[in-house]
Amino acid sequence: MNTTVVSDAVVADANTSASPLLVVEDLHTSFSIPRGEVKAVRGVSFELEQGKTLGVVGESGSGKTVLARSIMRLNLGNNVTTTGSAKFRGLSILDQPPKSMRQLWGNEMAMVFQDPMTALNPLVKIGRQVTEHVRHHLGISKKEARSLAVDLLNEVRIPEPESRLDSYPHELSGGMRQRICIAIALACEPTLLFADEPTTALDVTVQHQILNLLNREQETRDMAMVLVTHDLGVVAGRTDETMVMYAGNVVEKTSTHELFNNMQHPYTEALFRSIPKTSERSHTRLTAIAGRPPDLIDPPTGCSFSPRCPYVQPKCREEKPPLIPVNDGSHLSSCWFPVGTEENKAAFRKNVAEGLPQTLVVEEALAGGSSEGSES
Amino acid sequence: MAGSGKAHLRSEDETLIRVEDLVVEYDVPGGETVKAVSGISFDIKAGETLGLVGESGCGKSTTGKALIQLPKPTSGSVKHKLVELTGLSSEAMRRRRTDLQMIFQDPISSLNPLRKVEDIVAEPMKIWGPKDKTEQKKMVDNILDSVGIDPEQARGKMAHEFSGGQCQRISIARSLILDPEVLICDEPVSALDVSMQAQILNLLEDLKKKYHLTLIFIAHDLAVVKNISDKVAVMYLGKLCEVAQSDELYERPVHPYSKLLLDSCPEPDPSITIDKAVSDDDELPSPINPPSGCRFRTRCPFATEICSSEEPQMQEVRPDHYVACHHPLI
Repeated sequence: MNTTVVSDAVVADANTSASPLLVVEDLHTSFSIPRGEVKAVRGVSFELEQGKTLGVVGESGSGKTVLARSIMRLNLGNNVTTTGSAKFRGLSILDQPPKSMRQLWGNEMAMVFQDPMTALNPLVKIGRQVTEHVRHHLGISKKEARSLAVDLLNEVRIPEPESRLDSYPHELSGGMRQRICIAIALACEPTLLFADEPTTALDVTVQHQILNLLNREQETRDMAMVLVTHDLGVVAGRTDETMVMYAGNVVEKTSTHELFNNMQHPYTEALFRSIPKTSERSHTRLTAIAGRPPDLIDPPTGCSFSPRCPYVQPKCREEKPPLIPVNDGSHLSSCWFPVGTEENKAAFRKNVAEGLPQTLVVEEALAGGSSEGSES
Repeated sequence: MAGSGKAHLRSEDETLIRVEDLVVEYDVPGGETVKAVSGISFDIKAGETLGLVGESGCGKSTTGKALIQLPKPTSGSVKHKLVELTGLSSEAMRRRRTDLQMIFQDPISSLNPLRKVEDIVAEPMKIWGPKDKTEQKKMVDNILDSVGIDPEQARGKMAHEFSGGQCQRISIARSLILDPEVLICDEPVSALDVSMQAQILNLLEDLKKKYHLTLIFIAHDLAVVKNISDKVAVMYLGKLCEVAQSDELYERPVHPYSKLLLDSCPEPDPSITIDKAVSDDDELPSPINPPSGCRFRTRCPFATEICSSEEPQMQEVRPDHYVACHHPLI
C-alpha cells in the first residue's frame, strides 16, 4: 500500500525492508560567495525509518533548511557544493542526474515550505497546481486528476473543494494555502516528506490544525517526515526523534522524549532555557544565549558553540568534540563537558569564579528565577 | 464572548491610559467598511505592562496605533493622564507623542537604511531635545549603552551592518531618547530568533524598571505575552474577550476563545498530550461583515441561541478577572 509506482531503474528496492528509508552520511554543503566559502552544513549524518518523524531544530543559520534542501537536491546554482552521501531506499541521491530527480520529486519525496503565500503560483488556479505533477507522474486524464484533487482537498479538510479548485491562491487565507501545499505534496503519495517550518508564518490556532493534519497524514500513509523548525514546542509533541543543529553541525540527537528529559548538550539546554513558557509565572527571567551564531565562512576551531557556551573550557576552543553516544547507544551528543556531569558543574563554577560574561548571565538568571519563585 | 462593556475599568484617577468604546473602521473599495476595532475599553496604570493578544486580524495592532492617534479612531475616547487625545489638535498631539512612543515588528525596515545609527537615534532630539550637540551626543551614547549597543562601535554604522536583534535594540534606543512614559511595542520579537527574543524581552524588563515605563505589549505568541505582562487582554475580531492578571488568565481561562488559544500553543514538553483531532479549517470571519451578537460564536463549541442575538457584556467572574461571554467556562 505504501510502495509507490516507481520503476526499478530509478529506485533499487532490493533492500527497502532491511535498511532505513533515508541514510545520510557526512553531508557537507557550502556556498561560495565573494567573501569566501559559506560552510552551511558541515558533516551531518542520520538515518530515518519509514513512518517515523524526525524534528530538526536550531536558530536561523544553523543549516537546517540547507540540509533539507540538499537532500532534496533543491540547492541550485553553480556556487553550491554538496559532498557526502544521502541514500534514499539505497539509491544514492547526490549522484542522480536532474532528470531522475524529477522522477523522485513529488512521487517519492516531497516538500512543504515555510511561506504558503509564495509557494503557490499566483497566476494559476488551485486545481491545476494540485493536479499538474499528478498527471505528469501517474499519467492520468484531466478528469481523473480533477476527481483526485477533490479527494485530496477533502482530505486536508478544505470546505467546498470543487469550487476551491477554480480559485486563485490570493482568494484563500494563509492556513488554507498551506493546506493546499500539503495536498500538492501528498498527491503522489510520497514516502518521505520534508516540512520546512510549515507553520512559522501562521497563527497559533492554524498552526495547531496544520500540525495535526501533517501528523494524521503521516500516520495513515506510513510516511516518513522531517520536520524542520526553530520552535522546540513544535517538535516536543510531534516527533519521534529530534536532532539539534548548530552552525552546520548536529550537536545532539536522540528520541524526543529523551532529549527533553535528559538534555546533554549546552546548546540544547540554552535553547530550551531561552524560550518563554506558558507554564512559567509571568516575569520569569529568561536565560538569553549570549552573543550570536558564528560566521560560517570562518567557523571557530574547536566546538562551534564555545564562544557562547557558559561551560566553555580551554579544551573546547582547541578541539572539536565528536558526536558520540551517551548513556544508551541511541543518544548522541557532541560536548566535552555534557550537562549534568560533575565535569560540567566544575566548569560552571570555574567560569563563575573567573567572571566569564556568558556564564554570569546564566548564573544571574538562575538565581533571579529562584528568588522570584520564592517570593510568589 | 467577544463583547463590550466597561465593568473591568478601574477608577479614572488610578490610570495613566484609559480607552473607552474605541472604534476604528477603514473604508475599502466597493463601499464596504472594515470594522477593525469595534468598541473596546481598557485601562493601564502607570508602571504596568498590558499584553494584547489575539490572532492576526483581531485588531490588536490597530488598537496600539489608535492610542497615538495614527490614525485618529473613528469614535471613542483615548485619555492619557485625564487628557482626551482624540480632541487634541495635531500640533498638541505631536507634542504629546514624546510621551507615547512605539516600536515595531520589523526592526530592519523601521530604521532608515541610508543613515548612520547615531543620526537615527538622535533624530527625535532635533525637534524636542536639547539643542547642544555635545549634550545630544552624550544622550545618544547613554541610551545606546543601556540597550546593550557599544556606542563607540555602532555610532557611524548603517542599519544593514547589524543583526535583527541589534536593529531592534537601536529602535528601542530611538524610542526612549525623549524619555517617554508609555512604550507601545507592536510584535517587537516576532521577527527575531529565539535567542534574540529572550535578550530583547529581558532588555524591555530592565528598561521598564530603569526608565519607569508603562508598556503596552502587542503579540500573538501567548508564552511571550505571559512572560512580560502584568495584565493580559485577549482580543478577537475587534472585540475584547477576557481581561485578567496574566498568571490568573493563563491558569484559569474562562473565555472559550482564550482556552482555544492556550490549547493551541505548543509547549516544549513531550509529556503533555496534544489534542490531535483534525478539525475543519475554522477561519476568522470577515471584519467587513462580522457575526451578530458574540463575534466568536461561529467558532465557539458552546454557542447557543443567545450568542447570535445578544452581545455579551464584560462581567467579573473572579476578583479582577473579567470576561465577555454568555457561557464562561466556570
